[in-house]
Amino acid sequence: MAAALISVPKKAKRGDVVEIKTLMSHIMETGYRRTAAGELVPRDIITSFTCRFNGEEIFRAEFFPAIAANPFLSFFTVASESGKFDFEWTGDKGFSETAAASIAVE
Amino acid sequence: MPIRQISKTTRRRVLHLAGGAAVAGALPVMTSRQANATPAMLTSAIRNVVGEAPVRNGKIKLDIPPLVENGNTVPMTVSVASPMTADDHVKSIHLFNEKNPQPNIGNFYLGPRAGRAQLSTRIRLADSQKVVAIAHLSDGSFWSATADVVVTLAACTDEVL
Repeated sequence: MAAALISVPKKAKRGDVVEIKTLMSHIMETGYRRTAAGELVPRDIITSFTCRFNGEEIFRAEFFPAIAANPFLSFFTVASESGKFDFEWTGDKGFSETAAASIAVE
Repeated sequence: MPIRQISKTTRRRVLHLAGGAAVAGALPVMTSRQANATPAMLTSAIRNVVGEAPVRNGKIKLDIPPLVENGNTVPMTVSVASPMTADDHVKSIHLFNEKNPQPNIGNFYLGPRAGRAQLSTRIRLADSQKVVAIAHLSDGSFWSATADVVVTLAACTDEVL
């Protein structure tokens, strides 16, 4: 069910500020909705997102139910060297997904 | 006469149906009403992040549409005027709302490696309300920006089935 969409430039000049966009499919059930029978639908959200570059954490986010379904995030980083971005999402009900993208810096 | 009777029963039936529909229409509202985050909860959520430090207006910019049709997904961008150097950078950005069931939206941690202190995401708004963004700078200061958003279709309190 879960699938990540990642956008990272393939190439960049050293020192450039590049934009990273990520989207993870997830229902982000708030835990505040009720069924017609009046029962609360249990919360099921992504609670944490981490982006590492060559193993070093460069961006981290904590999500609350107010983040829309299929959480989208865009942020920036300096292209310092060629390497690999690792993305990780974790959440309720043992949710855990990873994705990776490479960048070539000249 | 028969015609009149038909029209009478029809009218009664129409009224009855209308009444039933009104009750059915009112039910979801009653069952889905939540104790929404009050401004007091907003203040305490902000205090949890900033502690006793003063929060000043400025430096941070909140880009969010002033009028949204669908509160289920509201695009927004936060940016902070910062050189993002090792000595002077944004450590974290925190988003809050006034009237959702919970006052927190998200916490975002960045550093000098970001190059630019800007992020975009999509949020849910359960009502027309104020959105607050707070930036924590490397010198320990806190800066905030607020934006008022009018929502025509609210998020998250509707029924699932």
